[in-house]
Amino acid sequence: MNHLFEFLLRQGDNVLVLGHRTSEWCGVAPALEEDIALANTALDLIGQTQLWLGYAAEVEGAGRSANDLAYQRDVYDFRNLLMLEVPNDDFGRTLMRQFLFDAFQVPWLTALLQSDDQQVADIAAKSLKEALYHLDRSSETVIMLGDGTEHSNARMQAALNYLFPYAGEMFADDATDIAMDDSGVAPLPSAMRAAWTQTVEKVLGEACLTLPDTAFAHSGGRTGFRHTEHLGHMLATMQTLQRSYPGATW
Amino acid sequence: MVVSADFTEAQIWAWLEEVPDPEIPVISVVDLGVIRDVAVDQNGVTVTITPTYSGCPAMAVIALDIKTVLAMHGIKQMTVKTQIAPPWTTDWLSKKGRARLEDYGIAPPQAAGGPVRCPHCKSTQVEKVSQFGSTPCKAQWRCTTCLEPFDYFKCI
Ligand SMILES: [Zn+2]
Repeated sequence: MNHLFEFLLRQGDNVLVLGHRTSEWCGVAPALEEDIALANTALDLIGQTQLWLGYAAEVEGAGRSANDLAYQRDVYDFRNLLMLEVPNDDFGRTLMRQFLFDAFQVPWLTALLQSDDQQVADIAAKSLKEALYHLDRSSETVIMLGDGTEHSNARMQAALNYLFPYAGEMFADDATDIAMDDSGVAPLPSAMRAAWTQTVEKVLGEACLTLPDTAFAHSGGRTGFRHTEHLGHMLATMQTLQRSYPGATW
Repeated sequence: MVVSADFTEAQIWAWLEEVPDPEIPVISVVDLGVIRDVAVDQNGVTVTITPTYSGCPAMAVIALDIKTVLAMHGIKQMTVKTQIAPPWTTDWLSKKGRARLEDYGIAPPQAAGGPVRCPHCKSTQVEKVSQFGSTPCKAQWRCTTCLEPFDYFKCI
């Protein structure tokens, strides 16, 4: 197995799948400002996808492009976290998910700045600038809604309870992670847990939300072993044009 | 074949000053700080650009506009290269660009993270409406003196 290719797919697929989910709010968000904010966040994530998958395609060396990887792979070839593929449900769950992911991305991309692979370090530097303000905004929104009305607090708590069992997958090291750590490309994801927990406890505390008391973690997304039923439906929409008209451009 | 002996790098930079930012046309792509390098050799002209935000759709338009302007000046062989490192920062906006932004009604970026004053009435009484505005690079603010909303060019 080409571990570097796997690693790059994981980085790219995370931002691709979250970017697509986020873009589903375009035109239907609860307020105009939020609509614009979500569309811009999605745009940043898709931009980051082009960088990660572009490099993945180069490393693979099979003549595929970033677009081929995004639009012409099937569910089991995707390497994103399960948390990022579950449906948006409501605005609260969308923002809670963004927050839980941003709280990981910031220490993760910061660590990748030290990568021995210069392209990984360069992509991380570009992405980190965006992840930092995404985290500012998602923290702010989680606090505003959590520490809002009784109703908004209950919805945010429900979102947290739903998403929390998916969060553990971010820190589950496997052979690819160990290979990346050994070759100096990236640290082990498990090394991010302390920084993530600190951010999450601080923000959720201010948001008057309670961390669920469970160590259970769904897994299978980042290895491709088992995705949820939702990813296939999402890809059916996202990939429909390239599947119907392969290679179409405009 | 000699294709570029007639063009100096300084001339190319001057021509690039004519290429407006497609979303904020009062500043040029040079003022925006996205032109990292201009090189002229026997293979033609190579312009290296750095994206502002990784997903900014304006970058494709900027590359096309650069090629169009160079072609209008008779350059036949050109390449527009994208370089992501070091990442673009608002520190690269030119002084002229910052002044033009304010004249246009967009508060220029500040290291402190928010606009210094309202670009319309110059009041310092301003508040944030949303971290995101009409394009990825802007946030929405409002002046509490003249009550006008305005765009703030975010500092990154
Ligand atoms: Zn004013």
